[in-house]
Amino acid sequence: MPSGGIARHPWVERYAPLATTLLALLVIWYVAAVAMNLSLVRGGFEREETAYTLTDLISGTMSAERPLLPAPHQVAYAFLDGVFGYPPLAPRSLIYHSLVTITATLLGFVLGALLGIVLALMIVHSRVLERSLMPWIICSQMVPILALAPIFIVVLGALGLHGLLPKSIISAYLCFFPIAIGMVKGFTSPDPLQMELMRTWSATPRQMLWKLRWPSAVPYLFASLKVAITISLIGAIVAELPTGAEAGIGARLLAGSYYGQTIQIWAALVASAVLASGLIGIVGLVERGVARRMGAH
Amino acid sequence: MLISTEPEARQRPEGDGASVSPSNPAAADAAAVQPSPKRLVVDVQNISLTFETADGRLDALSNVSLQIFDGEFVSFIGPSGCGKTTMLRVIADLQQPSSGTLLVNGMSAENARLARSYGYVFQAPALFPWRTIENNLKLPLEIMGFSEADQQQRVERYLSLVNLTGFERKFPWQLSGGMQQRVSIARALSFDPAMLLMDEPFGALDEIVRDHLNEQLLQLWKSTEKTVLFVTHSIPEAVFLSSKIVVMSPRPGRIIDIIDCDFPRDRSLEIRETPEFLKIAQRVRTGLRAGHAYDE
Repeated sequence: MPSGGIARHPWVERYAPLATTLLALLVIWYVAAVAMNLSLVRGGFEREETAYTLTDLISGTMSAERPLLPAPHQVAYAFLDGVFGYPPLAPRSLIYHSLVTITATLLGFVLGALLGIVLALMIVHSRVLERSLMPWIICSQMVPILALAPIFIVVLGALGLHGLLPKSIISAYLCFFPIAIGMVKGFTSPDPLQMELMRTWSATPRQMLWKLRWPSAVPYLFASLKVAITISLIGAIVAELPTGAEAGIGARLLAGSYYGQTIQIWAALVASAVLASGLIGIVGLVERGVARRMGAH
Repeated sequence: MLISTEPEARQRPEGDGASVSPSNPAAADAAAVQPSPKRLVVDVQNISLTFETADGRLDALSNVSLQIFDGEFVSFIGPSGCGKTTMLRVIADLQQPSSGTLLVNGMSAENARLARSYGYVFQAPALFPWRTIENNLKLPLEIMGFSEADQQQRVERYLSLVNLTGFERKFPWQLSGGMQQRVSIARALSFDPAMLLMDEPFGALDEIVRDHLNEQLLQLWKSTEKTVLFVTHSIPEAVFLSSKIVVMSPRPGRIIDIIDCDFPRDRSLEIRETPEFLKIAQRVRTGLRAGHAYDE
């Protein structure tokens, strides 16, 4: 079909909406960068008492060293430079910092997932535990983590724990919650008829769990894992702030804000966004593989 | 202790004092073919079951007595709320009676369940969507600890029994409703229980599929010689399938008539046009109507 051939191409159909929003976002970002950095740049020219034109002003907003809002290309350059400009384990490399953060994230995620699943199992199997545990689980999430993190670090530090583990614990503290809630829902999701069938076969509680409750909970598991993995990344980054960590995305953010290095902050933000989407992507891939094996259509 | 003696209970297997004479023309000539004293499989004595609901007490079963013998096909028919499903669930130990005694295979209902005396088929197939047809059939076998080789053998045997050979690797969603229900019947039979309890198994299917499955079920009954307890609210279905029809009535749930229905085991759909069939259907209908008049 010649007419509308390109517009109907599957790639176009799939990526055009994404590209359009990205483009719009870039335009808005550039306009905002000019507007926000204008007075800064003008102030600079006036302090140095040099003459300037509108073109000088605008190009100044695009290349300021410490802009209020860095232009997209500045962020992109800083990000790419951070990734490719140094050997991966150099202290200025974003790869190095990402690795530090991701280690804490993954450890926290695994701990949190295990804790969440164990809590959900306990809650599903005992009415008493449901009554006694559930309020505490909910309470745990009502305290802002920014307030809790330093306390955790201090307490764990007094116990002789430094570095990776305290960060992972904070990350786990955040991410167990969606998993516990999701898995309680998941473990109780089997159809009543399926439960009764198992009963007519005199299935043991363990068989009930492995052959019915667990497989029924799988969709809920992946939904909550996706939420949990981004939260555990945030937890790891937040945990790096009060420790004054020397490495990690959080450390880059902190250092950037100490020295007014806005571009560095933004580059670190981009790095964390890339990490988060990568992590979600991996969970999504695993989910698809599992769903296929479980007969999804 | 119950005072009623066994033989008397066998002859008068009705509840609620309604007098029933188990006589009909079809029974007479079939009686000669039937090997006489059969083993008692289900013995229900004066069972009552009361639910406490938000609207007050609900008598799901009131003083129900019933005897079912080995190899019988017993249909329970009646309007909704008459306790026919509850009856089946009590026998299956999915619910406990408030009073009365109940023996299944000579044991308590709980022990009978633990001894895997029955396979249960619900109105919905309730297959496990993440398991293939083959693995759905294997589920009860896995739970009961059958060997791997035995499981495989039974899957083949029972899938072919319900004419579904070749669908082993399919997932439930790839099968029609009727096929799924056949899988659930095969699953209920797969561990070779003494009884098959079926709660409106074809209720959600259309007439043509239902006729077809009724014929298949009869064949199964003939070839396996299981005792079948079958809940339905279709009169033709009940008369066509059963060797005994239990007519029930609601508020309180009770048995108002027990009708023997001894067409030969290999009956065909055509018997539905015979006078004997219509006569039994008429008697069921009369019973149902009487049950209704009772509380209006």
